[in-house]
Amino acid sequence: MRALWTPALGAAGFIGLWWLAVLLRLADPVLLPSPLETFNDTAHAFTHGPLLHDLWRTVTRTVLAFLVACAIGVPLGLLLGAKENVYRAVEFVIDFFRSTPASALFPLFLILFGVGEGTKIAVAAFGAALVILFNAAYGVMNARRTRLLAARVMGARPLRVLFDVLLWEAMPQILVGMRSGVSLALVIVVVAEMFIGSTDGLGQRVIIAQSLFESALMYGVIFVAGALGYLLNLAFLLAEKRFVHWAGK
Amino acid sequence: MSEISPRQAALSVRGLKKAFGGVAVYDGFSLDVKRGDILAVFGPNGCGKSTLINMAAGLLPVDAGHILYDGQTVDEVRIGYVFQNYREALFPWRRSAENIRYPLRRMGLRPAEIEARLERLAADFRVRFDLNRYPYELSGGQQQLVSIMRALAVEPEVLFLDEPFSALDYETTLSLRSLLQQVLKARRTTTILVSHDLEESIVLADRILMLTRRPTTVADDVAVALPWPREAAMLSAPEFVAIKARCLETFTRAVAGA
Ligand SMILES: Nc1ncnc2c1ncn2[C@@H]1O[C@H](COP(=O)(O)OP(=O)(O)OP(=O)(O)O)[C@@H](O)[C@H]1O
Ligand SMILES: [Mg+2]
Repeated sequence: MRALWTPALGAAGFIGLWWLAVLLRLADPVLLPSPLETFNDTAHAFTHGPLLHDLWRTVTRTVLAFLVACAIGVPLGLLLGAKENVYRAVEFVIDFFRSTPASALFPLFLILFGVGEGTKIAVAAFGAALVILFNAAYGVMNARRTRLLAARVMGARPLRVLFDVLLWEAMPQILVGMRSGVSLALVIVVVAEMFIGSTDGLGQRVIIAQSLFESALMYGVIFVAGALGYLLNLAFLLAEKRFVHWAGK
Repeated sequence: MSEISPRQAALSVRGLKKAFGGVAVYDGFSLDVKRGDILAVFGPNGCGKSTLINMAAGLLPVDAGHILYDGQTVDEVRIGYVFQNYREALFPWRRSAENIRYPLRRMGLRPAEIEARLERLAADFRVRFDLNRYPYELSGGQQQLVSIMRALAVEPEVLFLDEPFSALDYETTLSLRSLLQQVLKARRTTTILVSHDLEESIVLADRILMLTRRPTTVADDVAVALPWPREAAMLSAPEFVAIKARCLETFTRAVAGA
């Protein structure tokens, strides 16, 4: 219970300070609406406006990008990790693009995929795939050698070793990669929704609310995006705990 | 040690050579292990004990020479291997029983046969803990016992044990030792045990191979003709003490003094 109380107190404190700032008129009410107004406008946008649809669009894009990233990153990471010398050869390229801000790639992807859904998902998938690939490869390279030898002594052929040992050895690291990957995919999708010809999505909604001076709604959408990121992260943390029960033991 | 005819040998090593980075560990090493014998390999750190059994188990290529199991190569026979570090050898994502079933599945045995073998092993080793637990839920001794059961499940031609008790406390070591000798002798499993503990080598082995520093040769080949089973009381028997004295003498002369 204590674990729930402390963050709740922190959140309440944050809202309290916000309210105090509004009451003291520390900023123009147009720039800083009250928490209640923010809540009401956001709730209204959910029930009577497009916000639920926007949330849904952002979630689908993120999930799609994430799935594509997993489908590419996990197998490729496993294979590259199993062939360490090959990974060393491509490591620089992977690290380089992993460090490149994905937003800098928007123009390139626009040329490749045109203005549309494909581009947003492709850029997000590209960024997330590199993170997942990198983690999967390292998970495999850090596999306990003894376990590989044990599997070999017990008559497991290379492909079996890959599925029975390497995949499991890398699993904790793969899930860490997935968690970072899904967060990155969300960031890229939201930015893409702002700047790559969109009509919906949380990113688009923030931009519209801002340009229409609906600052309460703008704050509300920001919080919704924040909550989405937080929950995705939390879901993966819980999955890690449940699924890799043996980690660190 | 009297000559072992090739027909009796479960394992024979001839003209074995192995070097790491130009430094020879083995330079023409030969060995025969009689079927059903337990051979203890005793030697200083880094003399190549693990290297020897890894090559025999097919985990490490030889530079020259050959290692044969009654004329066959390691790929053609079943072997068992117990690693020193049980934590890193068991599969923590599989339950203990699943760990033991794993090599049997690789052999393609029928489920009924797999279960029968599992039950027999559990009975032989008088397992009283729940094999449906994950390895990390067991004590160190229980984990190493699971490793040993996993290695024995395939009914190996030769069982290799690389310092299997070195990470366990004395009490656990004693009880595992006595269980292991009973099972190995009852099954007549040919065994090569790498050990750092002279007393343990004498208690568990029919024969002790004492190795020198690199390039490794045999300093002494000691037959241990003590009766089975070997209980704790044997540790103070005159025959035991005599063998220990001989081994210690060899050790100081050929190993420590060199
Ligand atoms: N993969 C390797 N690469 C380079 N040198 C190695 C390798 N494996 C073993 N050696 C060297 O070969 C020698 C024998 O090693 P080995 O592990 O067989 O010794 P050991 O007798 O098992 O020692 P310990 O009692 O410490 O377990 C050591 O000097 C070691 O440094
Ligand atoms: Mg060793």
